[in-house]
Amino acid sequence: MSPAVFLADDYTLRIVALGAIALGIVSGALGTFAVLRRQSLVGDAVSHAALPGVVLAYVILGTKEPLWLMVGAAITGFAAILLVGAVVGTTRVKHDAALGIWLSVFFGFGLVLLTWVQRRPDASQAGLDRFLFGQAATVLERDVWTIAIVGLIATVLLAAFWKQLKLLSFDPDYGATLGLRMRGADVLLTALLVAAIVVGLQMVGAVLMSAMIVAPAAAARQWTNRLGAMTVIAAGVGALAGSTGAVLSAQTERLPTGPTIVLVATAIVIVSLLVAPRGILARELRARRARAGLEAQVVLADLAALERLHGGPHPHPAATLSAVTAADPSAALHELEARGLVVHDGDGLWSLTERGRTEASRR
Amino acid sequence: MIEPAIEITDLTVAYGDKPVLWDVDLDVVPGALTAIVGPNGAGKTTLIRAVLGLIRPAAGQALVLGRPYDEVRKRVGYVPQRGTVDWDFPTDVLDVVMMGRYGHLGWVRRPGRAERDASRAALERVGMEAFAHRQISQLSGGQQQRVFLARALVQDAELYLMDEPFQGVDATTERAIVEILQGLRARGKTIVAVHHDLQTVPEYFDRVALLNVRLVASGPVAEAFTDENLRRTYGGRSALLREST
Repeated sequence: MSPAVFLADDYTLRIVALGAIALGIVSGALGTFAVLRRQSLVGDAVSHAALPGVVLAYVILGTKEPLWLMVGAAITGFAAILLVGAVVGTTRVKHDAALGIWLSVFFGFGLVLLTWVQRRPDASQAGLDRFLFGQAATVLERDVWTIAIVGLIATVLLAAFWKQLKLLSFDPDYGATLGLRMRGADVLLTALLVAAIVVGLQMVGAVLMSAMIVAPAAAARQWTNRLGAMTVIAAGVGALAGSTGAVLSAQTERLPTGPTIVLVATAIVIVSLLVAPRGILARELRARRARAGLEAQVVLADLAALERLHGGPHPHPAATLSAVTAADPSAALHELEARGLVVHDGDGLWSLTERGRTEASRR
Repeated sequence: MIEPAIEITDLTVAYGDKPVLWDVDLDVVPGALTAIVGPNGAGKTTLIRAVLGLIRPAAGQALVLGRPYDEVRKRVGYVPQRGTVDWDFPTDVLDVVMMGRYGHLGWVRRPGRAERDASRAALERVGMEAFAHRQISQLSGGQQQRVFLARALVQDAELYLMDEPFQGVDATTERAIVEILQGLRARGKTIVAVHHDLQTVPEYFDRVALLNVRLVASGPVAEAFTDENLRRTYGGRSALLREST
């Protein structure tokens, strides 16, 4: 059965897939800025710190209403960011270390709370643990709406404050001298990031949510050198990972949706790192081409030098050339031949063409 | 008396409990090229950042064009050290130069045709028009410096603050930048530049401020740029520095 048919027939899957696509778009677009600002870890801290918020909201309010759980998650997620800032501002602890500390403290506290709640006699807590690894099957239509609304708000704000966000990411001090509100832009971006993470918790879970922030942006960076294009591509990668992951996990028994989405996103990163224009293969190819071009130059110069020794055109075997450079010149010779700069006769003797001679003397 | 372009009074800046600038008083004369020189850690960059409101001073103040910086920022251009940004950022040369217009655009307006044209003109002035669509990671040090200069030029300011505009550039680029600075001065602009090469101070600049946490001396190059003042700024190594740098 093709995924499209599957998607159209199955209401639950359609909801899950739509939710995953919306989440992928939001987290991919916002992740672009997090990654460019070298704040990939911030997403990790927020998502882990959201866990105690979820449980506390349940304990205090006695409800499993998703909206309230998200509010709780957002509050502790934000609190973690503020505490990281406070630690960096008042001590000599570096940013990454402060993030690591608060991430573990909040997540540990969240796990303790979760365990405690689960041991309580009443059964109403059942399902809270889905915020740990996510459980896409519990996603309802209105959860998709929540994600879509967050996505819409994020898109509008990104477009409206594009200048500020670009400068914040590239040269915040310069932006501040221009009178652009860099702190405001920072707060805006962080708030949107927290919102994207919080709405994604139910689907992907606290542990893996940061991958949804980082992976699409990391993949997108390989394909473009423009900020706008990178943001759009990252959103697209997020959507692709979301939909593919949702369909794959629905078609396979016991394949959890959240982790599957993350694995698909990771696969896209790996493919991008390999084959994208900025990827490893392209770089290797460019280096190889540059090397081949250089070798051809050397061989051409050697042939010209041999001609000068003979006082005129004089065909040589490839072996003479390799004796000069101590390298195999055949690849270079064939490239030069293709460019019409050298020719070889039936005996395998190579000589310069007229054009080759001019080319060699130009250097 | 003419109003100074920058009027720094009792400026003290500290990082933690370590003073970086201590009780600095300095008037920057308008329409002149002023060099700020001093050893590493003398507070040269800090001085510029304090004038631009990027650092809150512990004491004292800096008035720019007679007012607090916030009120005159559209009349001030800034060239930061090129090492302060990530040159692998996904953007091209023209886009970076256009950032110089962002402050004039207001909150949500996007750069358009006018900004693009102004930015191309600025690129032409620094001899980089052919690089408009070059990815910034593919620029040499001197080209990066010229892009930053173009970005400041497009701000169309009266006062330019530059942090080491000659850092890591080749001789040709240095000549080109000096000519641009002198062209700005000819049009009545004021330029303040942190400068490292003591040998070229008399050639390039009209005035000099010698700084080492405190202001050692300032004034016209002929008066202030003396061996005695250099020794007081750099310690005993000044004579040597003057010959070898």
